[in-house]
Amino acid sequence: MKCTRCKEPAEVKLRAHNSAFCRACFLFFFQRRVGRAIEHEKMFDRSSRILVAVSGGKDSLALWDVLASEGYQTVGFHLALGIGGYSQRSRERCESFAEKHGLELSVHALADEGLAIPEIVSATRRPACSACGTIKRHYFDAAALELGCDVIATGHNLDDEAARLLGNVLHWQTEYLARQKPVIQPRHEKFVRKVKPLYLTSEFETATYAFMKRIEYVVEECPNAIGASQLDYKAVLDRLENTSPGTKVGFVRDFVVRGSRAFEAPATERADTGGTCSGCGMPAFGTLCSFCSLRAEVDRKLALRTRPVSPAVTE
Amino acid sequence: MCLNPQGRQLDVDGVSRVQDLLRRLDILPGTVLVIRGDQLLTDDARLDASDEIELRSVVSGG
Repeated sequence: MKCTRCKEPAEVKLRAHNSAFCRACFLFFFQRRVGRAIEHEKMFDRSSRILVAVSGGKDSLALWDVLASEGYQTVGFHLALGIGGYSQRSRERCESFAEKHGLELSVHALADEGLAIPEIVSATRRPACSACGTIKRHYFDAAALELGCDVIATGHNLDDEAARLLGNVLHWQTEYLARQKPVIQPRHEKFVRKVKPLYLTSEFETATYAFMKRIEYVVEECPNAIGASQLDYKAVLDRLENTSPGTKVGFVRDFVVRGSRAFEAPATERADTGGTCSGCGMPAFGTLCSFCSLRAEVDRKLALRTRPVSPAVTE
Repeated sequence: MCLNPQGRQLDVDGVSRVQDLLRRLDILPGTVLVIRGDQLLTDDARLDASDEIELRSVVSGG
């Protein structure tokens, strides 16, 4: 198989693009594709200070690599989730990547404040991915504010977006559909824009980029992801993609271009986070934001467990 | 010898191309990187009986 661009032997075939590339041409293709998504969706520009949320996986580290090599101003932010050896290895991958490339990295460890994911799950019985999402949103917003960033960039890829879109359609989650976009505008002055520069880049492509650039990333799955419905949606989409290459990119791109506006509420009906959380000072609908509500629930349930039991009355 | 996406070592005989190997293991193209040494292999790449191949899952999420 020959490279579509230079006719040298190809190292990777992309059926969705009816193309094959050698290493040099694939890296050119990948960087240009990410760059076009950034420009087309007006995600940020050279003057922006970008908080890159890095997990230690292939997608976020590939994104950070592209942005840094293109000369964007980036700050990495890693939230250490406290999920045993998996989280330890994830943190090490982020730290070694930042050190190797001379990049600024900020790390926040949940275990330092007694909020490691396993402890939260054990105390509240909430699904791990639900608690994790609430916590990540809070810390990403807080870190962007603290580190003076204009925008938060995450490594969500095409497969993530296609799986989420399928799940949202299957359950007609209209509020989520309204906000499933490559650029999410802030609802409060303390929040910044959130962007997904890899939203049209498949996870096969990000894995290929990470391999070719010799990026050391955590290959293993988060242990809490086992059995997650998102993986079932991905498996279904993989079968469709195999039968009809280009299905995923068409599904996501056409939803963004033509579908999402049907779910947007009129400006006058949009909910606004007008209040301030009495716990952390971040915007909130009520007196506590969802993160501080979760933290209060954890504290309350742990206190119940550790409360001394009254001695039994005997006659 | 082949290392499958679950990290298990397998001996797969009688396959001459990557696409045959993936079909034999019931793996869809595009869901794994097919790695030989420092190189990625396309579906039509020829395999030798002495090759050591790593199949690395690209799927992440939760």
